[in-house]
Amino acid sequence: MKFRPIKDGRQEAALFARRAVVGFLVILILLGVLGVRFWYLQVSQHDEFQARSDANRILTRPLAPARGLIYDRNGVLLAENVAAFRLEVIPEQVADMDALLHDLQDTIGVSDDDIARFKALVKSKRSYQSVPLRLKLSEEDIAQFSVNRWRFPGVDVVPYLTRFYPKGAGFGHLVGYVGRIDAADVERLDASLYAGTTHAGKTGIERSYEALLHGQPGYELVEVNADRRPLRVIDRVAPTPGKNLYLTVDARIQEAGEAAFEGRAGASVAIDPRNGEVLAMISVPSFDPNLFVNGISQADYRALLDNPDKPLLDRALRGSYVPGSTVKPFLAAAGLELGLRTPADTILSTGEFFIPGQTRGYRDVRAGGHGRVDLVQSLAQSVNTYYYSLALDMGIDKLSDSMAKFGFGQPTGIDLVGESAGVLPSRDWKRERMNQAWYPGETVIAGIGQGFWVVTPMQLAHGVATLAAAGVSRQPHLLRATQDGIGDAPVAMATPAAGPSFFRNPANFDAVREGMIAVVNGPTGTARTMGDGFPFLIAGKSGTAERFSRTNEVWQHISQVAIERHQVLFEAFTPADSPRIAAIVALEAGRGGGRDAAPIVRKMMDAWLLDQAQAQVQAPEPGKQAGNR
Amino acid sequence: MDGVFAQLRHRFSGMLRRPRFDLPLAGALFLLIVIGLMTQYSASDLDRDKAIAQGVRLLLGVLLMALVSRVPPSNLRNWSPWLYLGSVILLVLVAILGEGRGSHRWLDLHFVRFQPSELLKLTMPMMVAWYLNQRPLPPGWASLGVVCVLIAIPAGLIAEQPDLGTALLIVASGLFAVFLSGLAWWRIGLIIGSVVAAAPVAWHFLHEYQRNRVRMLLDPESDPLGLGWHIIQSKIAVGSGGLWGKGWHQGTQSRLEFLPEHTTDFIFSVFAEEWGLIGVLLLLALYVFIIGRGLWIAASARDTYSRLLAGSITMVFFVYVMVNGGMITGMLPVVGVPLPLISYGGTSAVSLLAGFGVLMSIHAHRKRVAG
Repeated sequence: MKFRPIKDGRQEAALFARRAVVGFLVILILLGVLGVRFWYLQVSQHDEFQARSDANRILTRPLAPARGLIYDRNGVLLAENVAAFRLEVIPEQVADMDALLHDLQDTIGVSDDDIARFKALVKSKRSYQSVPLRLKLSEEDIAQFSVNRWRFPGVDVVPYLTRFYPKGAGFGHLVGYVGRIDAADVERLDASLYAGTTHAGKTGIERSYEALLHGQPGYELVEVNADRRPLRVIDRVAPTPGKNLYLTVDARIQEAGEAAFEGRAGASVAIDPRNGEVLAMISVPSFDPNLFVNGISQADYRALLDNPDKPLLDRALRGSYVPGSTVKPFLAAAGLELGLRTPADTILSTGEFFIPGQTRGYRDVRAGGHGRVDLVQSLAQSVNTYYYSLALDMGIDKLSDSMAKFGFGQPTGIDLVGESAGVLPSRDWKRERMNQAWYPGETVIAGIGQGFWVVTPMQLAHGVATLAAAGVSRQPHLLRATQDGIGDAPVAMATPAAGPSFFRNPANFDAVREGMIAVVNGPTGTARTMGDGFPFLIAGKSGTAERFSRTNEVWQHISQVAIERHQVLFEAFTPADSPRIAAIVALEAGRGGGRDAAPIVRKMMDAWLLDQAQAQVQAPEPGKQAGNR
Repeated sequence: MDGVFAQLRHRFSGMLRRPRFDLPLAGALFLLIVIGLMTQYSASDLDRDKAIAQGVRLLLGVLLMALVSRVPPSNLRNWSPWLYLGSVILLVLVAILGEGRGSHRWLDLHFVRFQPSELLKLTMPMMVAWYLNQRPLPPGWASLGVVCVLIAIPAGLIAEQPDLGTALLIVASGLFAVFLSGLAWWRIGLIIGSVVAAAPVAWHFLHEYQRNRVRMLLDPESDPLGLGWHIIQSKIAVGSGGLWGKGWHQGTQSRLEFLPEHTTDFIFSVFAEEWGLIGVLLLLALYVFIIGRGLWIAASARDTYSRLLAGSITMVFFVYVMVNGGMITGMLPVVGVPLPLISYGGTSAVSLLAGFGVLMSIHAHRKRVAG
């Protein structure tokens, strides 16, 4: 038994009873005060509040702004708003909703999807608010309905603006699409700006420039009667439409490139090295963004998801590719800058390379080797031994540091959401990711862009553009100019600031460029025919990588014939002496970068030429106009 | 088989002869629930699904009340410290890994999400009653100090969330138990006096943004676009209701969407608009009856623990009504406290009904007077 203080139960009960009585009295008094307060408001002040309640008949109705249009750099329309008609129902005017929906289904065809969505919407709105039942009515539907309108009180055909992407799949990933605002959007968007808006950008440019495209909503002050029916509009502040956007992309290059893929899975990015403007950004296969605007059907969505080539994956931004030999020009540049090689230094290629003291061999592409090669030949013939030895001399730390300066292993920061970072192998990366030490053999294969090294097409194109601009990095971007309204002068975006040059000695750049020119134009080059008949000198480099990386999701679904068991890449820029376009193409299955990927790059450059010819005679560019403002 | 049926029959007839439910209290609560559902149905613009959802929540609450009423108060007393400790630990967990919009109140147990702060509405008075039950009463400064610590820890955690309304209710539940235990009037006077004296000093140490929040709390009409607008619209709704009200589902303020939160914190305004002063006074009378009945049950309880617990639960019920009523009439600052058993939402209704379950249990085990 524990000691307990002596307690007097009877006395405590009496004490409690007294306190309870006091408490109850206080409660009565306070609730009495509350009652008096109600009397004051409801009886004494009733007339005033009744008057204010009667005057409380003015509702604010939000007016959604028209969404800005999207053009390519030459004013080709990529996203527009088109007038459409939809069927709307005011639930409180309908006596028997199920019967009505059934009749409507027989009259003009309303899908079960539509009805399910409609029923969900009805619940979230008040019964006097009009709820859309079916979007995008055809003329025939409208005619059918008009004839039968008398049968459907409370149902009406209402005009509205809907988003349309005239280029369809060609710009599906780049421009993206808008869709109905959902719960995730509500968290992201400012509710006060979106009160009347039904759609918001979900992917691509539509998503990343949502703030510019959306515009400022307006509102209407509407007087309503006691049954909430609008009597008249008291005041109206018109919405401000969203800004029109001029992108940096050139629809011709984009479309020429996409056609040249001929449906093979892969991606391509072209950048103007002078300013970081993205001229083309292709991911094949693609999808029609128009499907998503008014809610994609289950069947269509399933088809996209089930397609083994993953059309919804934006390969340009999120695809993972082993860069292979396309990294050689970058390594050559680093070797020269670090003083490990001069352009004239030669290496003997015997067909196999050994780390001193080890027996495992690292092979060249050509059995028996390429013989003695200098820097230019090492690039022209893609001699692995040259880069095995260079990488080993450099060591993984310096290799990794200098490649990071070209943007490998990090997102480029382009103005789209969801960009991948790729992987630039380093000691730290391996320790963090695998908790393992770095082995010299991994340095050797990093020298030819294999091993852990993974790039995105955007990243590689940014690297090539940086190299082409004599080592000066400029942020890739897609927005060239904005425009307040049709007819207004476009306002150019500021050109991103240039970083410091990678090359302290300009001669080093010249040497690398000479090697890349030899790839396309030299007698031994791996892409010898690619520049035939082109008016400018093209500099390039091929890359062909084994698709050994089993863990890479991009490859997992592919089971193709043995002959196409490589992923192939090609990178190039032109004119070689003052580059104005740098482009890369990555194909997920092919025999060789020079053979399969280079022709696509060439077709894109041909399309780019048209633009150059036109630019000589055409009106001033948006940027120049803005300068005059 | 027959034996089982016989046993069941015996049980049911036993329950009917000697019901665990205090019928006057149960009847008043039933009436309140009916009024609440009717008001909900009107305020949600005749949304049947919403009314049914609320009905299901209340049914769950009533079932919990029945369940709790079967637990003898002596068991509750023995469990009190552990239940208190458990709910405080849950509060700390929520502070660390809780989720919720803006504020951290919810604990997600995958099958159910709930606010541990709701548990405290019961475990706090249980703990204080348990502690005071072991001390000689009326309490001295030492007991008072311990009780203050018991209150301050969870109240601080909840105020941090930030959920001022719940923190207020929980502090009140602890203090009511102390008051009912007979704390000497001169001590009460001394405490109130020193709090009043300390207020200006505390004000001096507050940051400017904290001061602004206090000012907003005290004078919402200084912010006519935010909370102040709610108050103005609520007063218009109440005032335009007049003596007899506009009639069920005739309130224009809520139907035209001028009144915000018209199914939750401001449901009283809808009720006042539609039923007028007569309706309001009848509703207040119903609340007074429930409070009076609750205090009567407390006074006739068998031991000090039961008395303090029942008394505290009943008086907190009053705080709900007073704070909510004061808020919607613009008399008290805007604090998120629902109108008990009428506002939309499950958590507070369930914890309130569980509290009444405790009252029912205490009533069933009262002093053998009536027999």
